[in-house]
Amino acid sequence: MNFTPGAELGKANLEVFAETLLTLARRNKNVLAVTSDSRGSGKLTPYAAAVPEQLIEVGIAEQNLVGVAAGLASTGKIVYAVSPASFLTARALEQIKNDVCYSDHPVKLIGISAGVSYGALGSTHHAIHDIAVLRAINNITIIVPADNLETTEAIKAAAQMSHPVYVRFGKRPMPHLHPLDASFKVGKSLQIREGEDIAFIATGETVYPALKAAEEMEQSGYSCRLISMHTIKPLDIEAVIRAAEECRAIVTAEEHRTAGGLGEACAAVLIGAKKQVPFKIAGIPDEYTMTGSQLEIFEHYGLTGPGLARTAINLLESKKRIDEYE
Amino acid sequence: MTDNELYLKSIQYRIRLLKYIKMAGAGHTGGSLSCVDILNVFYNRILNVTPQTLNDPGRDRYIQSKGHSVEALYVVLADRGFFPEKELETLCGYGSDYTGHPTRKVKGIEHNTGGLGHGLAFSVGVALASKLDHIAYRVFTLLGDGELAEGSNWESLMAAAHYQLDNLCVIVDRNSLQITGKTEDVCGLEPLAQKLAAFGGEVRMVDGHNITALTEMLGTLPFAEGKPSVVIARTIKGKGISFMENNPKWHHGVPDEKQYEQAQQELEARLAEIKS
Repeated sequence: MNFTPGAELGKANLEVFAETLLTLARRNKNVLAVTSDSRGSGKLTPYAAAVPEQLIEVGIAEQNLVGVAAGLASTGKIVYAVSPASFLTARALEQIKNDVCYSDHPVKLIGISAGVSYGALGSTHHAIHDIAVLRAINNITIIVPADNLETTEAIKAAAQMSHPVYVRFGKRPMPHLHPLDASFKVGKSLQIREGEDIAFIATGETVYPALKAAEEMEQSGYSCRLISMHTIKPLDIEAVIRAAEECRAIVTAEEHRTAGGLGEACAAVLIGAKKQVPFKIAGIPDEYTMTGSQLEIFEHYGLTGPGLARTAINLLESKKRIDEYE
Repeated sequence: MTDNELYLKSIQYRIRLLKYIKMAGAGHTGGSLSCVDILNVFYNRILNVTPQTLNDPGRDRYIQSKGHSVEALYVVLADRGFFPEKELETLCGYGSDYTGHPTRKVKGIEHNTGGLGHGLAFSVGVALASKLDHIAYRVFTLLGDGELAEGSNWESLMAAAHYQLDNLCVIVDRNSLQITGKTEDVCGLEPLAQKLAAFGGEVRMVDGHNITALTEMLGTLPFAEGKPSVVIARTIKGKGISFMENNPKWHHGVPDEKQYEQAQQELEARLAEIKS
């Protein structure tokens, strides 16, 4: 059976998360969802109806959400703390740092409507800081699934993990990027396309635009590699280094500030490994974020097929020496 | 153990915690001295937990939200056999597990605390699990009074009331001082009992240095069915050392040689007094 990445639209990762969690909860009564008035935004209304005793509601109180989740997890419960990524990782950051990570209670933190999913609602609702802040906290795995398969597998894998994990995703339907038999492993990236001119290393909802960029460039004769870097911590260092060795340039893409996210994580690996390669981080720059829907914001910052292709071609065709500071 | 034996222990705990604070050159002296009698009653009379039952799902849990008073907790846990007291000689030292706030690296400690306003939410989660699993353990949380300015406490108390966690006992070490000065001058807490009651707690007041009264009160838990029990324990910061009592300077003051001598003399005198 032929599988073409991106050809078929799937569900929203959010929806797939909620379905997967319900399946897990039905199998194991120790699985709990803890919400902060977020069951609706978490698509957990069917979950609440099906397994009401496995949903703990704390009201609009994210600090309490994370603390309570840590307490429940300390007793052996398999706890998914579900809240919009913006509030979960900013309002409750100290609870994540102290009560979950430092104390090592294996809470599964689920950041819904991550990145700029809430688009025009403004920066209060954007989570484009979360990867940066959590990368700086010890003892937490960070997963940013790109499609339905990665989301399902990440949510299932989280149940088995004995240390904290953060999974964040958006709410717009996502195309299928991997065949059903793809082997998802936390910490191991998934390569969607092989190529040796440019390597796109993308994560979450920017993987699909990177795929479109690769397809567009292919028509102009460029050979494009595409890696879905679903786990940002621990990073698949091997795949990053291989990309630098086998491709002429690297473009990273993320629905996050360009500071502190996937791009900088890759850059640190490359510098540490003494790999000099033309390199560009695509993301949302350090400025007052433009108002618009998620897709309009993507468009504005070049996180689209044409935008990423432009970035990649500029990088490949640049006459600047690699040691020239841009 | 008789009340008298517990009073003796309280003095011995004070002698030891001062010894290790002095040795480490660091520690939260005043708050450790204000809560040590509460910990004494908890670990010697109330809590159903021993070094042997530390992993027992049915054990009672103690969460010290005012993590800075860890020296009191360390000496009580050592006395109860959770670890050899000698290990406290490494307190706050390079590579030691005995940091200046509680961590799970130390046997007997359930949760890492230190940032204020964290312990109660965690305790609510633990108490909730007991209800979900129908395992009848209790959760005890010690809060500082200055700590109550952290809004997270009130989120957690609301949740404790909402989920009718009568297996949760919150005890406030009401020593009325914080690092800057009097709690009522910094950002007033009163009327505290009314506030805690309004958030759904069943509130009692007690003299936090009176072993008999503490024992009696904690023996009547839960104070009301379906409600979290809240104890306001009136205490004296720096209790037991004349020059430390009610003086915010001793929040994390470390005694010098002379002060240490005087403190130990006062405690030894009190010890002799109780023994006679």
